[in-house]
Amino acid sequence: MIPASFEYHRARTIDEALELLAKYGEDAKILAGGQSLLPMMKLRLASPGHLVDISEVAQLKELREADGLIRIGAAATETALLHSALLRGKCPLIGEAAAQIGDPQIRNRGTLGGNLAHGDPGNDHPSVMIALGASVIARGPAGERRLPMDGFYRGLYDTQLEPLELLTEIQVPTPPARSGAAYLKLKRKIGDFATAASAVQLSLGEGDTCARIGIALTNVAPMPLRLSGAEALLAGKRITAELIEQAAQIATGACDAADDFHGPSEYRAQMAGEMTRRALAGALERARRD
Amino acid sequence: MDAASAAETLNKDHLMGIGNARKRKEDPRFIQGKGRYIDDIKLPDMLFAKMVRSPHGHARIKSINTQKALGLPGVHAVLTANDLKPLKLHWMPTLAGDVQAVLADEKVCFMGQEVAMVVADDRYIAADAADLVEVEYEELPVIVDPHKALLPDAPVIREDLAGKSEGAHGKRTHHNHIFTWEVGDREAADRVFGQAAVTVKETMTYQRVHPSPLETCGCVASFDKVKGELTVYLTSQAPHVVRTVVAMLSGIPESSVHVISPDIGGGFGNKVGVYPGYVVAIVASIVLGRPVKWVEERIENLSTTAFARDYHMTGELAADRNGRIKALRVHVLADHGAFDACADPSKWPAGFFSICTGSYDIPAAYARVDGIYTNKAPGGVAYRCSFRVTEASYVIERMVDVLAQKLDLDKAEVRLRNFIRPEQFPYRSSLGWEYDSGNYPAALQKVLTAVDYSGLRREQAEKRARGELMGIGLSTFTEVVGAGPRKTCDILGIAMFDSCEIRIHPTGAAIARFGTKSQGQAHETTYAQILATEIGIPSDVIQIEEGDTDTAPYGLGTYGSRSTPTGGAAAALAGRKIREKARKIAAHLLEVSAEDLEWQGDRFQVKGVPDQAKTMKEIAWAAYNNLPEGMEPGLEAVEYYDPPNLTFPFGAYLCVVDIDRHTGEPKVRRFYALDDCGTRINPMVIEGQIHGGLAEAFAVAMGQELVYDDSGTLQGASFMDYFVPTAVETPYWETDYTVTPSPHHPIGAKGVAESPHVGGVSAFSNAVIDAFAHLGVTHLSMPYTPWRLWQKIHDLGLDKRSG
Ligand SMILES: Cc1cc2nc3c(=O)[nH]c(=O)nc-3n(C[C@H](O)[C@H](O)[C@H](O)COP(=O)(O)OP(=O)(O)OC[C@H]3O[C@@H](n4cnc5c(N)ncnc54)[C@H](O)[C@@H]3O)c2cc1C
Repeated sequence: MIPASFEYHRARTIDEALELLAKYGEDAKILAGGQSLLPMMKLRLASPGHLVDISEVAQLKELREADGLIRIGAAATETALLHSALLRGKCPLIGEAAAQIGDPQIRNRGTLGGNLAHGDPGNDHPSVMIALGASVIARGPAGERRLPMDGFYRGLYDTQLEPLELLTEIQVPTPPARSGAAYLKLKRKIGDFATAASAVQLSLGEGDTCARIGIALTNVAPMPLRLSGAEALLAGKRITAELIEQAAQIATGACDAADDFHGPSEYRAQMAGEMTRRALAGALERARRD
Repeated sequence: MDAASAAETLNKDHLMGIGNARKRKEDPRFIQGKGRYIDDIKLPDMLFAKMVRSPHGHARIKSINTQKALGLPGVHAVLTANDLKPLKLHWMPTLAGDVQAVLADEKVCFMGQEVAMVVADDRYIAADAADLVEVEYEELPVIVDPHKALLPDAPVIREDLAGKSEGAHGKRTHHNHIFTWEVGDREAADRVFGQAAVTVKETMTYQRVHPSPLETCGCVASFDKVKGELTVYLTSQAPHVVRTVVAMLSGIPESSVHVISPDIGGGFGNKVGVYPGYVVAIVASIVLGRPVKWVEERIENLSTTAFARDYHMTGELAADRNGRIKALRVHVLADHGAFDACADPSKWPAGFFSICTGSYDIPAAYARVDGIYTNKAPGGVAYRCSFRVTEASYVIERMVDVLAQKLDLDKAEVRLRNFIRPEQFPYRSSLGWEYDSGNYPAALQKVLTAVDYSGLRREQAEKRARGELMGIGLSTFTEVVGAGPRKTCDILGIAMFDSCEIRIHPTGAAIARFGTKSQGQAHETTYAQILATEIGIPSDVIQIEEGDTDTAPYGLGTYGSRSTPTGGAAAALAGRKIREKARKIAAHLLEVSAEDLEWQGDRFQVKGVPDQAKTMKEIAWAAYNNLPEGMEPGLEAVEYYDPPNLTFPFGAYLCVVDIDRHTGEPKVRRFYALDDCGTRINPMVIEGQIHGGLAEAFAVAMGQELVYDDSGTLQGASFMDYFVPTAVETPYWETDYTVTPSPHHPIGAKGVAESPHVGGVSAFSNAVIDAFAHLGVTHLSMPYTPWRLWQKIHDLGLDKRSG
């Protein structure tokens, strides 16, 4: 478990990181928490010649709310997300998912930006961000772009980010009052990726009807799955047990999971349904209490 | 306070001897990161070795090109089979009487097999160089299923054995067949089966798993060319035998071979054998004249060094209508992988599998085990159990449940009807063991009462009526641990005794050394406690050493729960020898005859005269300055203990599991473990060992499995995939005990640390299967991952939602 040799660079500012990236081009990789990149390097599945470490860039670690948006620096760690009073109060779904990622050591280093940029369908934040309707800010040689998370993934380990682009910030619309959310993740043990997981973020309006809903699945397809069909089914209606059941069926039907040690694809699809069932019921109950 | 309780207080509180739950003496160093493991050993000029391994399950090696690797700056050598051939070290003997390729000789027989070793200045260069070794393979057909291995046209795995119809254990019947081992009276068993009122039969696989100690295997070999001396630091549970084998293979006098096992981060059977990595590192050190370190990576540990189990078993019971068992038949296909490198006593190719009659009085029994080669890693070690005892216990504990289901009898009741009764001990089993002691009904009854068994069964009935899945699993197991005796048990001809040497210093402190080797069992604590009670000096001032073959007395090491039965017995008897000499010195000091003295736990006292006494501390001092005429100075003793029999610890475990019908997740709600290991040396240490063994049993039952695909590729050989539960997943354990001393052991103790694994696996398994028993399910294969259970639930239609 020893990586091929590489050169290490520590960036102090966003600009410095971008300069280093531009200088070394395709031979460079951004190093954030290293919790996905380093294992791949140790298995020699990746062998970049240069690492540009952004984990100490202060600007990338900020976490604040402005203009109805929760703005999270890309290098904020899972632990920082977990301990954020802002998130706990206004957007608990992010912390709920973060708590189910890896173990404390992984969470102390792993970052939100790295989790999103990596493009691993097993990662938990992508579906959470899709359910929240979040966008990310990417900065590169051509300037800054805003990319909605829905549509950010193109396939396995493949995103809209260009090679010389840095993901700088994640922007989440602050959920309104009477919102509820849940992240239900089935896994075998601490530190395990999901067999299947479902993220639900919903808001209630007049007469307890569903004013807004986002539903997305983790690890049951080559990329996170937004369940637009199920969202359309529930939007504007009072959510009943029957509707939840139908949404769960939609989740199962949407899956394109591989067979692996978590189980065969059929099981994982069924579990995506079960997690969605539970996440919907949980989110609804929380929204009613909110 | 009466005399008895005064003695008890002295022993337990002052001496911290047998029965005291004192803290472990080794923990201050472990919890402060001051343990010294293999990878902590750094010698001047040390080089690092890295194995080049086969990416194929079965292939011919067409060529190996080492030029590029050798060209990398910092690389000192790349060794292949051709380099070992002149030394006749390209093959080595295994503990099981087979041979194993040290570095692949013309072909590879399993994925991960050792092909070449690179030696370089540091780990980083070694890793780069290993990537540069070019090996050209021609792939051959692969067999990973032992059933298929025996088909007439199955590929030949071991071409080196061509024409050999006799193996180390008798006739071979097929080119992939290793041995047939039979025990019991087949005809008698068959007769009973022919006439029995009821028979049951079940096929079950005990999946291939890995002991997966946290510390992987490794060594540092250092050959001193000037002195001609070889020092090997090694993660070995049996360092003395390794030294003997190294001396025999290398031709270096055994006195010039120094094998040292430092602190070991868990062994569980994985560190009994001798691995190719050790051998090549030693050769590299001899060739290069510099120390060479080789340490496995996690993936290498899981995929190449000793696995456990892989037993494909068929169990059968014959009984009368009341559930009284009349006969047992078992057949096993034992998948040993590409080389037979099982670590069993040499004459026991299936270990102590013949303990498969368990805790039950079964008049007729017959067992047969066929060892098979496949294109999988070699091994077959006793993972946290005595040799093949977990497998044996599993088959009988499962079969008793199957019988109960067939007869619609309660699973506890069937056990109570069949137990060997307390008055039958010592009990001779139909497969030849003499069980030393036991009280099985008392143990089970205590558990049933503690958990309100009938209440649990009522609850289960209610839940079943509601369509919920709740299972209650019982395991009333018996182990056989503590090999020797010498007459029946040896390793490569060396009798399985064990030893203790003790020396009391003038101030009354002591050092004692043993031939065993702790890997977490707390020998530094428990051996000191035995000696404290026997000699009458506090366990705190008794230093225990093991693992250095230059200083420790010869012994066969630690595995199969043998340390307390053998080393612990040696400690007690060595202590008694010290006491005998001390008595003579005390008599001299008190000017009375030795017969006039009585032992008071820490002193000799003139009978009936309490103020006329000499403490052990005073006697120790006198041993160095004031001795009777003609007595040699000093206070030392040596004991080499050949056990008259093995010990038979037992227990009664009960597990309650709830299974989520919609995810298949099993949740262990309750686990009650009652163990009887005879005399209890340190209750806290026992509890710790029980917790650890149960956690490993949980891991095996619920998730561990080494899965090979049809191309011979091992799926998931890292801790991302291979299931090692954390404290979060591991259930809460309730522990309990009874005490039935071993009649033949000097302090009445039996082994204990493996019982929880042996008993635990079948308790979990029985609980999960019991959850489905009302639906006619008699067996489900481990491991009980959520998807497997869900599959069963789904097939049975239990996951339907009402409405
Ligand atoms: C044992 C283990 C278990 C785990 N379990 C889970 C789990 O259950 N769920 C889960 O979601 N994750 C899990 N992870 C992954 C973990 O969350 C990682 O932290 C995460 O996937 C990557 O974040 P990182 O900051 O460590 O990124 P790094 O590993 O440093 O980088 C990952 C990739 O993203 C790129 N990158 C990083 N930051 C940026 C950026 N700002 N802009 C552009 N590109 C960037 C890197 O160049 C690299 O290609 C686990 C990891 C381990 C080791």
